[in-house]
Amino acid sequence: MFIPHTDADRAAMLRTVGIEKLEDLFVDVPEKYRFPTLDLPPALTEMEVTAELQEIADANESVHELACFLGAGAYNHYIPAAVDAIIRRGEFLTAYTPYQPELSQGTLQAIFEYQSNVVALTGMEVCNASHYDGATAVAEAVNMAYANFRGKRIRIILSPALNPQYRQTVRTYAEGSPVVLLGDGPDADLHADPNSLIPLIDADTALVVVQYPDFFGRIYDYTNLAESAHALGALLAISVNPIALGLLKAPGFMGADIVTGEGQPLGIPLSFGGPYLGLFATRKEYVRKMAGRLTGETVDNRGQRAYVLTLTAREQHIRREKATSNICTNQGLIALASTVYMSLLGKNGLRQVAELCFHKAHYAATEIAKLSGYSLWSPATFFNEFVVQTPVPVSEINDLLLDHDILGGYDLSQDYPDLDRHMLIAVTEMNSREHIDQLVEVLTEVSNG
Amino acid sequence: MNIPSELKYTESNEWINMDGKTGTVGISDYAQNQLSDIVFAEVIVSEGDSVKKGDTIATVESVKAAADVYSPVSGKVLSVNESLAGAPEVINSDPYGGAWIVKIELDNSAELDTLLDAPAYEKLIQEGQ
Amino acid sequence: MGEPQLCEISVAGRQGITFPMPDVPFTALPDGLVREDLPLPELSELDVIRHYTRLSHLNYSIDTGYYPLGSCTMKYNPKVNEETARYPGFAFTHPLQPVETVQGNLALMYTLQEWLKEIGGFAGVTLQPAAGAHGELTGVLIIRAYHRSRDDIKRDKILIPDSAHGTNPATSAMSGMRIVELKSDSRGNVDLDVLRQECDETLAGLMLTNPNTLGLFDEHVEEVIRLVHAAGGMVYGDGANLNALLGIVRPGDIGFDVMHFNLHKTFSTPHGGGGPGSGPVGVAAHLIEFLPAPIVGILEHGDDYLPPLYGFITPSKSIGRMKSFHGHFGMLVRAYTYISMHGDAGLRAIAEHAVLNANYLLALIKGTYHLPYDRTCMHEFVVEGQWPDAPEVHALDISKRLMDYDFHPPTNYFPLIVHEALMVEPTESESKETLDAFAAALLKIADEAHHEPSLLKEAPHNTPVGRLDEVKAAKELVLCCGVATLDK
Repeated sequence: MFIPHTDADRAAMLRTVGIEKLEDLFVDVPEKYRFPTLDLPPALTEMEVTAELQEIADANESVHELACFLGAGAYNHYIPAAVDAIIRRGEFLTAYTPYQPELSQGTLQAIFEYQSNVVALTGMEVCNASHYDGATAVAEAVNMAYANFRGKRIRIILSPALNPQYRQTVRTYAEGSPVVLLGDGPDADLHADPNSLIPLIDADTALVVVQYPDFFGRIYDYTNLAESAHALGALLAISVNPIALGLLKAPGFMGADIVTGEGQPLGIPLSFGGPYLGLFATRKEYVRKMAGRLTGETVDNRGQRAYVLTLTAREQHIRREKATSNICTNQGLIALASTVYMSLLGKNGLRQVAELCFHKAHYAATEIAKLSGYSLWSPATFFNEFVVQTPVPVSEINDLLLDHDILGGYDLSQDYPDLDRHMLIAVTEMNSREHIDQLVEVLTEVSNG
Repeated sequence: MNIPSELKYTESNEWINMDGKTGTVGISDYAQNQLSDIVFAEVIVSEGDSVKKGDTIATVESVKAAADVYSPVSGKVLSVNESLAGAPEVINSDPYGGAWIVKIELDNSAELDTLLDAPAYEKLIQEGQ
Repeated sequence: MGEPQLCEISVAGRQGITFPMPDVPFTALPDGLVREDLPLPELSELDVIRHYTRLSHLNYSIDTGYYPLGSCTMKYNPKVNEETARYPGFAFTHPLQPVETVQGNLALMYTLQEWLKEIGGFAGVTLQPAAGAHGELTGVLIIRAYHRSRDDIKRDKILIPDSAHGTNPATSAMSGMRIVELKSDSRGNVDLDVLRQECDETLAGLMLTNPNTLGLFDEHVEEVIRLVHAAGGMVYGDGANLNALLGIVRPGDIGFDVMHFNLHKTFSTPHGGGGPGSGPVGVAAHLIEFLPAPIVGILEHGDDYLPPLYGFITPSKSIGRMKSFHGHFGMLVRAYTYISMHGDAGLRAIAEHAVLNANYLLALIKGTYHLPYDRTCMHEFVVEGQWPDAPEVHALDISKRLMDYDFHPPTNYFPLIVHEALMVEPTESESKETLDAFAAALLKIADEAHHEPSLLKEAPHNTPVGRLDEVKAAKELVLCCGVATLDK
């Protein structure tokens, strides 16, 4: 399959190489292990494989069939048709990393525009070509902060309201490093506002990491936290939902030193968890400490404006063991999709989506809070996600919702033992009032026992 | 290749110029040539720091390579060249003059004996090519 | 004049897509938290489509031409992959849905784990790593955790051949390990004497790319692995070059303890201009319990009437989570599709033809280009891009001149141990005619290098842009459109 050689080609080529048969190419491979039989199903044609894959896909229930109120780090947003039309173009899809700029100006300018849009959105000064996802972007922020202080500051404070999967990822990445991670232990007060982290900051602290909106959907102004961190020489990283930034004050204007985020809401399909997009922006003074690809504008030898990967001497292929990170790719095509999305929506469209999410979520929260047995967990301001205290375990409610073709919210007891019977509900522009009213109606069934 | 005879060198291409107990440190003409156009230089020690021989004192980057600069001797940093950050290309144009990196007061002058003189350094470079 | 930047064609008041008005009551926006300005561009849909279509024309790609980039396996990316990955059942499922609602996804992941185990000769596989380098990090953290679980904490040394990819040492450093570089011998193999000296009680492991970045299968690989194991170390396999080994040999069979697969190289998922990749990791039986969480397993076995219930499992001594959710699922669907279309014989044919193409191309040019390690190569080879009688021409110049002949250049200046390296990986999906044309261009360029070197020094001539001022880019650091900079 996908091998164009005819028998005549093969014979001619073997003759040129000076061997008789294909097997002769593999004499360096230990004979006793050579040419194993692989226990795999027989090869399928394209016609057969599409039928088989369709059948597997049909064994799932997608958010096309279910009304989705599940978020917790991945969100169901509308994806304009133009996004896929661009990223399916073979010229973008089947190009490699733009190491040869003369043949890669399309990819390079697209990355430059991605960087521009993310800088605009976050209110930061520089942005790289992306990391794998929101979780690894936070792990790289920790890496960067540690490297920034050359190992002289080792404390990293993680908000307990930072996505649990991000915190787990940071812990895995930090396994071989001297950093000490704190702030999110089992005794952390989940109701406390971000200023509760301030007493933890000391002269040994490299970084404080918070989320905006936080994992529970709450929005806080982190300006005071940033000032407190800076007063002791520490950095502040804010992990964002980029859709929220269509409406909300940019973290760059709160004093963030690093902004990371999960870029999936920007026109990327849910796709059962990936591939997504790790946003990563910082201030100019830290640009050389930032890992990852970076595209810069320059000129060519004909005097034309052109783009090239720059500051590559920071990266693993040159620095090897002295590089800040081993990252070698970005999320190229996904970053392109998000750029097309941001460009289509523009300043007004993104604001419109953000406001739709905000209003619909608040309508849902208001209606649910009226039900007996249900209440909102936090009085804090929120964006499009909120926590509801439920009368029975969340899993029971979700089973019932599923019977009504509704994908219920996230069961917080999975990550926070104290939040048994707490559901995190996400609402986006995709949820019609009818969906929300249906959700409320089914919840009523449970509240009535 | 310019290898001034009055300087001492390291195998990692630093030079040191002694004036009494104080040594001025930089990277050699050969090193800057290998790196090509230098676009960034950062001295990572400060006045008053103690350094040991072999400690990293600066980082230098071109568009295709990066190099750490190591202290050729142990001692106390008396001053650092603040102008390098703004004009790293001086390392290409004037490696033994304007591109000095730090001045160090030596703890132990005997350490100088472990360094290479100009002919030995020249031989080392030729072997490496 | 090149394509303008989006910010330059932005016109206030344009919008490429609109959304319905809210169908719910309005809520007051939060005081003090609403942003004043959002400096994103404003464009029509046609503006955006035309802009990116034009940009796409400035790219070289597999779909438009031959891309023999060494170490990158730029094989054809079948279009059917793009179809299957977009089936709504795959593309529109949420990663946190109840497992009962995503049995298709989980069955696919479980099966792909099983297939990769079979192809690589491993006992366990995680699909979570997002890319090759991410797989390396996973693998080295597994090796570290293994030694620590045995209270063998002094083992912190990772051996890495001097021909290795830069990700290997960067990964080891990120994992808190100490790196010792191993010299290669005169035939491009690991130097066994050097290896023996480093096999001590601090040895955590060896990271080995086999075939290595010279395109050579290590002739002593069994002895290398035996020595590392005898000293108590683990052997990590960098699966970058697995395309040469499909159905030829299973790395697990010859003793590799851990290996990452690059689905974007070996299994045809598109490179996408630099990602997303996908880097599943396979491990031998003694390392299964250290795999990152979660992996897909069978929660309840099926019978004649009921299919099994698939779900997520956390290995008992897991190193933890490497990223959000379960890996680059969309890439897994593509790789699953590709493997389904090949089966046992089809996979072996991939490796055979990838290696045949490399040796054929090498035979056509090796009289003209110096081959520093003259052996039968695997799926790629490395020649020198310079001649003693034309010393002013460098590998870079040859690469740039190839662009004038409508070819993408090989990888240059890697591996570091070859002078003026040109690293060529033809891949199996290219025809004899393409290889002949590419070889003809290389021979013509060699001739030009000797008789008209300025053609190379000034190349490329026929590309949208010429050689770039990289020094200016690095010094001035213009990293985003003017309107989008932060000027408070």
